[in-house]
Amino acid sequence: MKTFNKGGVHPQENKLSNDSAIEVFPLPKQAVVFVSQHLGAPSTLVVQKGDKVKVGQLIAKAEQFICANTHSPYSGTVTKIDLAADFTGYKKLAVYIDVEGDEWMEGIDTSNDIIRDIKLDSAQIIDKIKEMGIVGLGGAAFPTHIKYMLPQGKKADYLIINAVECEPYLTSDYRLMKEKAEESLIGIEILKKTLNVDKAFVGIEANKPDAIEHFTQLSKNYKGIDIVPLKTKYPQGAEKQLIYALTKRQVPSGKLPIEVGCVVNNIGTAQAVYNAVQKNMPLVQNILTLTGKNVKQRKNLLVRVGTPLQSVIDYCGGLPEDTGKIISGGPMMGKAISDLSAPTVKTTSALLLMSKKESSRKEETNCLRCGKCVKVCPMGLEPIKIAQLAENRLWEDTEKAYAMDCIECGSCHFTCPAGRPLLDLMRVSKNHIGDLRRQRAQR
Amino acid sequence: MALLTVSGSPHVQSNQTTKKIMWTVIIALLPALLVSIYYFGLDALMVTFTSVVFCVGFEWLIQKFILKTKTTIGDGSAIITGILLAFNLPANIPLWIVGIGALVAIGVAKMSYGGLGKNPFNPALVGRVFLFISFPSKVAMSEWPLPKPLFCSSVSDALTGPTPLLAMKNGQAVDLWNMFIGATGGSLGEVSAIALIIGGLIMLFRKVITWHIPVSFLTTAGVFALILWLINPNEFIHPAYQLLAGGMMLGAIFMATDMVTSPVTYKGQLLFGFGCGVLTIIFRSFGPMPEGVSFAILIMNAVTPLIDKAFKPKPFGY
Repeated sequence: MKTFNKGGVHPQENKLSNDSAIEVFPLPKQAVVFVSQHLGAPSTLVVQKGDKVKVGQLIAKAEQFICANTHSPYSGTVTKIDLAADFTGYKKLAVYIDVEGDEWMEGIDTSNDIIRDIKLDSAQIIDKIKEMGIVGLGGAAFPTHIKYMLPQGKKADYLIINAVECEPYLTSDYRLMKEKAEESLIGIEILKKTLNVDKAFVGIEANKPDAIEHFTQLSKNYKGIDIVPLKTKYPQGAEKQLIYALTKRQVPSGKLPIEVGCVVNNIGTAQAVYNAVQKNMPLVQNILTLTGKNVKQRKNLLVRVGTPLQSVIDYCGGLPEDTGKIISGGPMMGKAISDLSAPTVKTTSALLLMSKKESSRKEETNCLRCGKCVKVCPMGLEPIKIAQLAENRLWEDTEKAYAMDCIECGSCHFTCPAGRPLLDLMRVSKNHIGDLRRQRAQR
Repeated sequence: MALLTVSGSPHVQSNQTTKKIMWTVIIALLPALLVSIYYFGLDALMVTFTSVVFCVGFEWLIQKFILKTKTTIGDGSAIITGILLAFNLPANIPLWIVGIGALVAIGVAKMSYGGLGKNPFNPALVGRVFLFISFPSKVAMSEWPLPKPLFCSSVSDALTGPTPLLAMKNGQAVDLWNMFIGATGGSLGEVSAIALIIGGLIMLFRKVITWHIPVSFLTTAGVFALILWLINPNEFIHPAYQLLAGGMMLGAIFMATDMVTSPVTYKGQLLFGFGCGVLTIIFRSFGPMPEGVSFAILIMNAVTPLIDKAFKPKPFGY
C-alpha cells in the first residue's frame, strides 16, 4: 500500500464519532461572524450596523490578491461591528448578527438535487470559487481560487484530493464521503476541469474501508478519478507527504506543490466547490465533529459559520466534568481553545473535548538520545539537534539544521519518551529564524 | 467551570516514558542476575545490591548537595548503572571496591556531565575500567571465581580459576555449552549468554532497543574472528568461543545499546556496532589482555558524535 517515505507515527485512532450521521445544527439566536476567515490580506467590510442581511449575502469583500470574500451565514440584522475574541483569545473585527428566520439570497440552490452538468469554463469557475469565498478546509484556510491561478510557465499534471483524515478522532471528512460522495466527486470534476488535467488522485487512509469502497464504486462514473487507499500512518495527510505517497514526487524545500505539477485540496473543499459552482452557494456552513472520550453524544454536525462554540457543546450534552482541554481540530495539530464564547469559523472542523488526564503532558526528563524523534520525522529532520540548539538560543544554527522545513506535525513531540517539548522549541526557532530573515532582507 | 489548559500541539503523547524504558532494562537484566546468583551464590547478589545502593546513593547526594537540583533517582537509570557495574565485576570482589567503582561511574562519568542523557561514555564501563586499572589484583581479568551452583556447597568454598578466554589463550579446553548457559568463570553478569539473550529479546520486544547494534556488533566480531581463525587456528580462538566468552554478549546487548552513548540513526548504529566488533577482536587477539569489550565500546562512545554527524538523515525536499 502506498505511503510516504520517511518517519511517521501511529497515535490511537479514536474515531469515536464514525457512525453518527451528519445532523443539521439549529440556528443560533445571535451569531458573530469574523470579517476575515482566511490566510492572507484582510477582507474589506461592506455592511454597516443596522443593515438587514440574508443568508449568502456578501459582508466582506476580497480586494487584495491573497484574500477571500466572507458571506453572511444568517438572515437578520447587523447589530454591531466590533472586535471579538476568536477561540485563542485574539481579537479580530467581526459582524454581530441577530438571527431572524432563514431567508437565503435569490439564486442560491438550497435543494438536494444533484447537478452533474458543469456549464462554466475554467476562468469562470475560478471567478465563481473566488466569489463564493471558498477557502481550504483542511485547516489552513488558504483562498482556494489562488491555487488554480497557476504561475507563469507552470503546468499541473495532477489534481490531488486529500481525503486522508489522518488526525485521530476527526470524522467530518469520513461522514462527508459517506453522505455527500456524489457532490464531492462532481466537485473534483470541476477542479479537474479548472486545472485542465486528466488525472485526479483521491488519497484515503486505509482505516476507512467503506468510504474507499463507496467512493471507488461511484468514481467509475467519472473519468480519470483514482481512489487510492493509503497506509494508516500519521501524518499521511500532510501535503508534501501525500504528494509523495501518490506520485513519488518530492516538493522541494520552500516550494509549493505546483513545482512538481500538483495542486492539492481537501475533500471538504471539493464539496464546497461543488456547492459554489453548481448551486451558487457561498461557504457559509461546514461539517464539525464534536467528539472526545467522555462526551455523551458525539456528533457530526452541519453548522453555520459564526455559531458560538459553547452552544455546540451544550447541544451535545454539555461539557464533561473533568474536561481539561478543548481542541479546535485534531489532537496532533489542532489548537487549544481558551474561550468558548468564540464563534466557529469556516475551517472549524472539530471540537475535541479532552479530560485532564488525557491532555496533560508527561513528566519531562533529560533527553535520552534515543533517536526516536529523528526516526519518526516525516521531513527527515533531527528534532533532537534543533531542540538543543534552540535551548541554547542558537537561532542561526537551527536555520542550518533545516528548522524551517518542519511541518509542525508533532510526531517528534508525540513520540519522545522524555516528554521533551520538541515542537514548542521548533516553533520558537521558526519565529526567530523568521525575524533573522526579515532583518537580512532589510539590509 | 474549571480552567482550560492551553498549550501548543500535539495534545497527545505516546505512552513510552523514560521511567518505563529504564524499568524495562532493569527487568531485562534480571535473568542474567538470577543465573549469576545460581552459580556464584549470595556473593553475586551482595555485589549487585551494594553497587546499586552506592550508585543511587551517590546520584542522590551529588544532586542534593553539589548540583542542588531535583533528584532524578526515581527514573531508574542509576539502578541500571549499578547492576551493569556489578555485572562487570567478579562475585568475590571486596565491597568497598564496588563503592569506589560506583563513585567513579556516577560521580565522574555521569553527574559531572550533567546527569542522565548528557554523559558521553557509558558510566558502568568507566567504573569498571577505573577499577581494572586501579585494582588489577582484585579485578584482574584472569582469575575469577569459578561457578558453583547454589545450594551445592557454601559459596566461600568457591575456587578461583581462569576465565574461558584466558584458558583458551593458555591452550586449555573449555565447554561451549557451559559457556552458553553460564556455568563458567567470569564477572558475575556476563557468564550466561542465554540469560543475556533473553534480556535482549525483552528489550527488543518492548522497543527499548533495536536489533542494529547487537547484530552488527556480534556479526562483525564473529566474521572477523572467523577470518583470523581460518588464517591460523592455533594462534586465534574459534569464533563461537569468541562470541560466547567474556563480556561479548553483555557488551553487545546491554552496554553498546545504551541509547545515551550510541548513535541515533540506524545506519550510525550499524557502523557503531561494526566498530565495537572489530576493536573487541583486535584487543582480544593482539592485545596483552584476554578481554577487550569494555575498551572497544568506550572508544566507539567517543566516536558517536562524529558518527551522528556523518549519518544525519537527508531532509525531505533537498
